[in-house]
Amino acid sequence: MCMRNGAVFCAAVLIAVSPAFAQAPQFGQPIAPADIAPWDISIGPDGAGLPAGRGSAKQGEAVYAAKCRACHGENGVGRPNDALVGGAGTITSEQPAVKTVGSYWPYATTLFDFIRRAMPWNETKSLSNDEVYALSAYILQLNGIIGADDVLDAQSLPKVKMPNGDGFVPFPR
Amino acid sequence: MSRKRKGMEPLGEAAAGNGMLSRRIFLEAAALAGVAGIGASQAGAEPLPVASWMKEPGAALTGYGQPSKYEKATRAVPAPANPGTLGIGTARTPIQLLDGMITPNGLHFDRSHSGTPDIDPDQHRLVIHGLVKRPLVFTMEALARYHRESRIAFLECAGNSGALYAPQAQALNAPAIHGLVSCAEWTGVRLATLLDEAGVDPAAKWIVAEGADAAAMSRSFPLAKAMDDALLCLYQNGEKVRPANGYPLRLLLPGFEGNMNVKWLRRLKLVDAPVMSKDETSKYTILLRDGKAWQFVFPMEVKSVITRPSPGLALKGPDFYEISGLAWSGKGRIRQVEVSADGGKSWAAAALQEPVLPKAVTRFRAAWQWNGGPAVLQSRATDDTGMVQPSRAQFVAERGLRGAYHYSAIASWRIDEKGEASNVYA
Repeated sequence: MCMRNGAVFCAAVLIAVSPAFAQAPQFGQPIAPADIAPWDISIGPDGAGLPAGRGSAKQGEAVYAAKCRACHGENGVGRPNDALVGGAGTITSEQPAVKTVGSYWPYATTLFDFIRRAMPWNETKSLSNDEVYALSAYILQLNGIIGADDVLDAQSLPKVKMPNGDGFVPFPR
Repeated sequence: MSRKRKGMEPLGEAAAGNGMLSRRIFLEAAALAGVAGIGASQAGAEPLPVASWMKEPGAALTGYGQPSKYEKATRAVPAPANPGTLGIGTARTPIQLLDGMITPNGLHFDRSHSGTPDIDPDQHRLVIHGLVKRPLVFTMEALARYHRESRIAFLECAGNSGALYAPQAQALNAPAIHGLVSCAEWTGVRLATLLDEAGVDPAAKWIVAEGADAAAMSRSFPLAKAMDDALLCLYQNGEKVRPANGYPLRLLLPGFEGNMNVKWLRRLKLVDAPVMSKDETSKYTILLRDGKAWQFVFPMEVKSVITRPSPGLALKGPDFYEISGLAWSGKGRIRQVEVSADGGKSWAAAALQEPVLPKAVTRFRAAWQWNGGPAVLQSRATDDTGMVQPSRAQFVAERGLRGAYHYSAIASWRIDEKGEASNVYA
């Protein structure tokens, strides 16, 4: 439409209507944080987002036997799926690295986050928060990181010091 | 019939050792055809019969087209380690059977951690929350009302070419090594548009992206990337994003490792620091010799691979051949690709096929006169940041062989006297 002798007219129209375009179209619906809560499952390394609940390794052992052992093996040794224990000393040596929760994972909070969102594989998001705390404790205890009677909850889990916690550096470029 | 020109004159000007010719042959070929005999057979062709399909009506019209039954290009799907957990694994693009730059949707590579979910788009939602002034939820219908834009972008799994970390070269073909890279036209809404609507809190520095798959796969990425070129994709090569690639909504972070381009996107949470999810700590980190690991290795660095010839695509005797492949960089455009037929001793510039787009694959082609002797074919790409694809020796010297991810060194195909190609380290 804006051609030749119409150009001046078109420019005038654009100036006239431009205030109407100052506000971009918006189609998002406001939602209250409380209504997002069921989806808000990310746990930060400082423990942000950890729910109420608690569990110990002793309690976790029974949950592991029922829900995890078929894929991750007796005592977390792995097979047919990933090993959850072992590999200590393989990360910092020249030998092949065996990356497990104990040897490689830098944060215990990641364990809670991942179990709650993604495990057990065939029935995800089915565990109670107590069960997830207990399983996290059991796997950490299998790796010798905490004791069998230590209780994990929103306060204690972020304080667990992982053996490879200082193992990561930023990519240099 | 093939021409036999033993002891013949090369078809073009030499550009490097062991038969590499100048890419100018591609410009001159049209003018030369019929004069110098490029493509012409010395023996006469058989008389031309009229085929049966010209004598009867063809098949009826169909609702959704399929490839010819004579074409066998499918994705390679290696058996999972545990048959009880199908859906963990990869489906690899048959890069050696494709040409051009676009990967057809049914052949786009797929890496998933918990299978492909069956998502009803009417029930799917995207929520943006965390450090924003106004938490917002979007239906897919609402997203479709925004201004859309398209870009052609490659996706490459961070584990692509990981087989080349093995100390000894394995007998694998192009897709088994390099088939976790694909390139498509992605169409959707700029993430920056929706973040502006939600109102970003100045404290926000990162975003956690989360999928609606059974594993609720999640990754953190810098807010700066969101404001730069992140796209919320509804369409893939003109049709709705395929389920295996994230239907109904996929996050595209152009150039960044595949895992970060979260499929089945349901949630974006603005935060002040990365959440240290499983896939940004225990996976997708690059373990170095000294036991430290690089973390947050986002862009896929400059890389190329020869797709033809490659294992399974044997040469039919000494003759003129076009060497072709793919080059890409997560940091920008491909500036140059060079090809060697003598294991990297000498290099000839390849022709780059237009369009050459940032963070997309670029198709390259080089001319080669194979004399029937041993050859090691390599390609070396340079991007417009000036980064040159390293040799395997340079790459290993920097990071060792424990990295598992982001293998981007020069790859080699050895051509034996029968014309068969195989994976070698050279």
